[in-house]
Amino acid sequence: MLERISQIVDEVKAAVVAATTSAELEELRIKWLGRKAELPNILRGVKDLDPSERGPAGKAANEARVELEGAIDTKMASFAGAELELRLVEDAVDITLPGHPQQFPGGLHLLTQTMREIEDVFLGLGYGIAEGPEVELVAYNFDALNHAPHHPARSPSDTFYVGDSVLLRTHTSPVQVRTMLVTPPPLYVIVPGRVYRRDDDATHTPQFHQIEGLAVDEGISLADLKGTLLAFAKAIFGDEREIRLRPHFFPFTEPSVEVDVSCFACNQGVADGDRCGLCKGTAWIEILGAGMVDPNVFASVSGEQPAYDPGKVQGFAFGLGIERIAMLKHSVPDLRLLYDNDIRFLEQFA
Amino acid sequence: MKVPLSLLLEFCDPGLSAEEISSVLALSGTEVERVTRLGVEDSSNFVVGVVLTADQHPDADRLKVCTVDVGAPEPATIVCGAPNVGAGQTVAVALPGAVMPVGMMIKKAKLRGVESSGMICAEDELGLGKGHQGILVLAETAGPAGRALGEVLPLDETVLELEITPNRPDCLGVYGVARELHAATGAELKSAPWENDLGSAGALDGIKVSVQDSEQCRIFTARIYEGLSAAVTPPAIAAHLTAAGMRPISPVVDITNYVMLVVGEPLHVFDLDKIDGDLTVRAAAAGETVATLDGESRDLVEGETIIADAGGPTSIAGVMGGARSEVGPDTTRVLLEAATWHGPSINQTSARLGLRSEASGRFEKGLAPVFASRGQAFASQLFGEIYGVAPAAGTVVVGAVGEAHTIKLSHAKVNSLMGSELTAERITGPLERLGFTVSVDGDVFSVEVPLDRLDVARDVDLIEEIARIDGLEKLGATLPTSSTGGGRLTRQQKIRRQVQDALVSSGCFEAAGWSFCAPGLSDRLRLASDDSRRNAITLVNPMSSEESVLRTTLLGSLLDSAARNAARGAAVIRLFETGPVYLPSEDGLSDEPQRFGAVLCGPSTRPDWRNASPSTVDVHAAIGVIGQVLDSLHCEWRIVPVAEPEPFLHPGRSGVIEIAGRPAGWVGDLHPLVSTEWGLDGGVAFEVDLNAVISASPEVLHYSPVSAHPMVGQDLAVVVDAAVSAAELIEIAEEVGSPELESVSVFDIYRGKQLGENSVSVGLRFAFRADDRTLTEEEATAVRQRILEALQDRKGAQSRG
Ligand SMILES: [Zn+2]
Repeated sequence: MLERISQIVDEVKAAVVAATTSAELEELRIKWLGRKAELPNILRGVKDLDPSERGPAGKAANEARVELEGAIDTKMASFAGAELELRLVEDAVDITLPGHPQQFPGGLHLLTQTMREIEDVFLGLGYGIAEGPEVELVAYNFDALNHAPHHPARSPSDTFYVGDSVLLRTHTSPVQVRTMLVTPPPLYVIVPGRVYRRDDDATHTPQFHQIEGLAVDEGISLADLKGTLLAFAKAIFGDEREIRLRPHFFPFTEPSVEVDVSCFACNQGVADGDRCGLCKGTAWIEILGAGMVDPNVFASVSGEQPAYDPGKVQGFAFGLGIERIAMLKHSVPDLRLLYDNDIRFLEQFA
Repeated sequence: MKVPLSLLLEFCDPGLSAEEISSVLALSGTEVERVTRLGVEDSSNFVVGVVLTADQHPDADRLKVCTVDVGAPEPATIVCGAPNVGAGQTVAVALPGAVMPVGMMIKKAKLRGVESSGMICAEDELGLGKGHQGILVLAETAGPAGRALGEVLPLDETVLELEITPNRPDCLGVYGVARELHAATGAELKSAPWENDLGSAGALDGIKVSVQDSEQCRIFTARIYEGLSAAVTPPAIAAHLTAAGMRPISPVVDITNYVMLVVGEPLHVFDLDKIDGDLTVRAAAAGETVATLDGESRDLVEGETIIADAGGPTSIAGVMGGARSEVGPDTTRVLLEAATWHGPSINQTSARLGLRSEASGRFEKGLAPVFASRGQAFASQLFGEIYGVAPAAGTVVVGAVGEAHTIKLSHAKVNSLMGSELTAERITGPLERLGFTVSVDGDVFSVEVPLDRLDVARDVDLIEEIARIDGLEKLGATLPTSSTGGGRLTRQQKIRRQVQDALVSSGCFEAAGWSFCAPGLSDRLRLASDDSRRNAITLVNPMSSEESVLRTTLLGSLLDSAARNAARGAAVIRLFETGPVYLPSEDGLSDEPQRFGAVLCGPSTRPDWRNASPSTVDVHAAIGVIGQVLDSLHCEWRIVPVAEPEPFLHPGRSGVIEIAGRPAGWVGDLHPLVSTEWGLDGGVAFEVDLNAVISASPEVLHYSPVSAHPMVGQDLAVVVDAAVSAAELIEIAEEVGSPELESVSVFDIYRGKQLGENSVSVGLRFAFRADDRTLTEEEATAVRQRILEALQDRKGAQSRG
């Protein structure tokens, strides 16, 4: 009996080793371990044996059954893994095909992106964002901003008029005035928006976008303006940038400056051995106008907001063109591209 | 303004190169637009020549053989191809050995068999400009033959083209620029050319001048020069004028131009013998005319300032002289006028007549009255130098040069406004170099302003002078120390950004549209004659009629952009814009409500390898985009059919967008006539009021409990009359299905013959769930039945099983 059990174990183990598919293994299981197979029969017959034989025979038969089941299961598991792999390989697809469903691409206009980028710089510096009407009073657009009664910018050849005292704002600066009339200092705001001038040529469109900045507080200085614009220039054009201030003239600031940023396309005006086309070899690029708020501007609002007494507060203001910044930064050669809305242009900046 | 560098250096020479001087000027406030090098590298072998003969070349039609006196014992034979060469001309000659600006050296050479010993030069060949119509013919007075050409032409010159800001008319003369250079560098400033005045004050015999409006003419001065005879403009002056872009004409005209170049004051000269009686500066009367120097007869506009004599207008003040009193070769007595005119009036008159000149351009800037007396003084020196005459005794002066005023300047204010720590020396130094007179009293400076600095009236004006001359590069860069803590977007700004972002995520590109549009847009959009959107704000002075009104809808420029893209072959067009429209308001200004809108054309989903030909966008594609935007902002919204559809939309495929129960926009297929008008293939559009979104979007989102119990899903298909909308069915289901109904959606719409002409089958998918227990299938079925019964009762729905 014990001999037969040992025989069965050897025979089945050899057959398991020889088996090459899970189906063969399944056959072996039925043949040797199924209900009618020899080993289960032996186990069932143990109770009929002589009591002295029952112990050893039962133990051996049971151990044999456990051993064989284990051998078949192990082998079966190895087959299952391999066969699954095989099936998965057959299920392969071309993963170089595009995803599905394909989303339509979309994107913000370069002007909006540039505007947001600049807004975010000043939000970080603690500025709020003020907005105001585009159809504006002459009083706010020119008078309150210290433009002389005959200032050429007032001329109908330069400025769009809607009526005698109403125009399309030529800068976002009137929002300065509107903001100061309702908000006492300290005041830190930027004013983005559309503005209009009667120009239409290669470098001007009659409609364009500006961001104006205004900081009014006790002791605000020209050095503060310089530091603020330096922070701005580094944020927009890169940490290596420097700025320089050149004295200039604007009616609503005194002193007034134009601000250049160091060219980011060349080294000292030379790019690839040639004169740099971006800065015309000067190593500097003009980006904006600025200055200390003229006392006359404070005076124009201090009737209603006495806190803007020029003896008490000082301030700086700056104004820059979004189109210019966007074109400089993103190498856009022609202003018209920004208003053409060609999808092939728009998707380049999506 | 063109400034010959050599002239500038005569007054202040800091020993710097042209580039360095440009940089110094730019960083102290005088922008240098261009630095131009004139002339040749080496001016030796360039001489003045006189053409003695000019005969046809025997073997070449286009060449002439000239004999030219070049100051040598024998005339030179020069072959010349210029059509304008002729005997008697005074010309510029490059002799053998001369090196032309292009680098070519002139040699003796045979031209078609005739030996030529030099070249008669054109303007461009001498590096003086672009003129190449023929040879440069010099004034006879440029001679004699053989004189070095560099003495009469700027052959070795650099020209700085300066942009003088409108506040600095004192820099409209070279001496003013020299003072700037002196102030910025500290290099010596030579004494002013007007300092030694040869003329005298007091009454002037022979002419009387009256000024009727002293606002138009702050000062009028005049001197008389008599006994003028033939004279020659000194070559150096001629060369400087040429370099500054003014052609030498005659000594008397050259004097006026040279004074203008150096001092900044334009002068006018009358032939005294042609003035009829006394002069009056007055406003022109209606219908008056004047014959001007250029030979035209000009109609004057009433009120324009003129100078008149007994014979009527004789000159348009500050703009152009009159022909009647023009100086000519026979003139022996002149009246020299130096006046200060009202800038804006000069601007208006010169613009009206199209007569912008160096002179009117200066007057427009508002010159200081003191310029007039300076101009007279320098002119007197030049008359003496050129004609050898002194001015007749006396000077007409109507008006005054004004009185110097003094400004108090606090030392602390300077440093507070600049953010600097300047010493007293660094404050007084720049001011004194600029011509201010400074006295110090403790912490306060008393600063007397020169008469030509009309722009300096307040302490801040002085601080600007200090800052720019001390040097802005020395200024520190600091940040304001305090802040309002206001560094955040307003709710409106935040939501506008979110709307833009949602439109981008739904696959749209943002367009930048024009605020202007054509009045005809309303017709193209088929707006009714009483449509309020026809009531647009009109510009008084548009660039063109196509841009003459402000938009009342975003649709126009979106359609224009879509049309351009379609014409260029774009298959997918999905453009949006956010921005204001401009609606007339009662106060004469405008309401500028912010909108967002889009135009979509092409496939409704992106074609790919699974679905190469998706259906074309329709109103539901647009609603999908709107839904993505409004849902992302948690707005309550729906689309409702409308009795009077928008005229530019398909009447059966359009609707009103309601946000929080109020109409807030429109959506629909474009009307086929509108699509055709813009050359589009179909297309859908929408426009929504951004403010409606802002007020409907919850400021803060609050948690609502989520049930831990499982959901039971069930479907129901009902057949209803086609006039019943899906929204109505859903509304009933939501009402009746409460509280177990968690959500309901339409999963199928079917129309077919077996349903009958006017019926539609609507498949509804319910999600049932209880908050407090596991809902059984039977309970769910009961709710479904409740909904079905309500649909049957209220809408005549039949279950499709
Ligand atoms: Zn560069």
